[in-house]
Amino acid sequence: METAAGVEACLPIRSDMDLVWVRQHVRQAAALLGFGLVDQTKLVTAASELARNTLVHGGGGRMEAAHVVRGRVNGLRLVFADDGPGIPDLDRALTDGYTSGDGLGMGLGGARRLVHEFAIDSAPGAGTTVTVTSWSVRPPLPREEA
Amino acid sequence: MTRDFPPPVTGHVPVLRLGDVLLVTLQGDLHDSTAEQLQQDIGEAITRNRAAGVVIDVSGVEIVDSFLGRVLAEIAAKARLLAAETVVAGMRPAVAITMVELGLFLPGLRTALSTEDAIRLVGGGDAHPAARPGGTRQGSP
Repeated sequence: METAAGVEACLPIRSDMDLVWVRQHVRQAAALLGFGLVDQTKLVTAASELARNTLVHGGGGRMEAAHVVRGRVNGLRLVFADDGPGIPDLDRALTDGYTSGDGLGMGLGGARRLVHEFAIDSAPGAGTTVTVTSWSVRPPLPREEA
Repeated sequence: MTRDFPPPVTGHVPVLRLGDVLLVTLQGDLHDSTAEQLQQDIGEAITRNRAAGVVIDVSGVEIVDSFLGRVLAEIAAKARLLAAETVVAGMRPAVAITMVELGLFLPGLRTALSTEDAIRLVGGGDAHPAARPGGTRQGSP
């Protein structure tokens, strides 16, 4: 698949400059996979929230982007992983308004609403991995002659 | 489908003065530290210029996440304490849709569809200071 080159990546998340690269990569990958403008915006915003969590709460980590396919629909899977302190109470961390940092408490719960699939794996002392997937609902079909 | 991306904005965002209104145009992808620097720059510019309004043009902003949302809300709150009104102008529809789904409503933030409307809202760019909404500032005698 020719789009793979622009989609598959593993990016470090070590500074706020890296957050910019994460956002730009996700936008470019989503555009390549045929996401509409609103869906691109949602996915980039979710990625920004999750990458900031990785940086601020996880002490840095990485994001892996992968192209996934279901039937004829393209999807973009993003995995945010850190080796930080982990999240002791996941249910609470996913609640709006809960924050351990200085944000608005929208990070995890808000990001979950912006993507189609959301999974989180974390335990105290074992780091945190958040996996999100969104699908370009209308696949980029080749233009058919009328 | 490939696109060119504007280079990430680092350092200072220019704060322009138009009469007694400050105009800030955000463009592209803002660095966290640049957004924080902007808060400080706007506060200083308000007091230095005795500005009555701050207009933040976000038409070139592709996403507003909770960090940038917080920065915008804090700019407005600080400006209010310095007797200036803040209006965020030109937000893209996709950004507004995403912010609401994220849970970022920012009820304290005034908005306008265009920079021109925003400048009118904060009473700048006209010769009728009496028509300024709020009207807490007296025109000079």
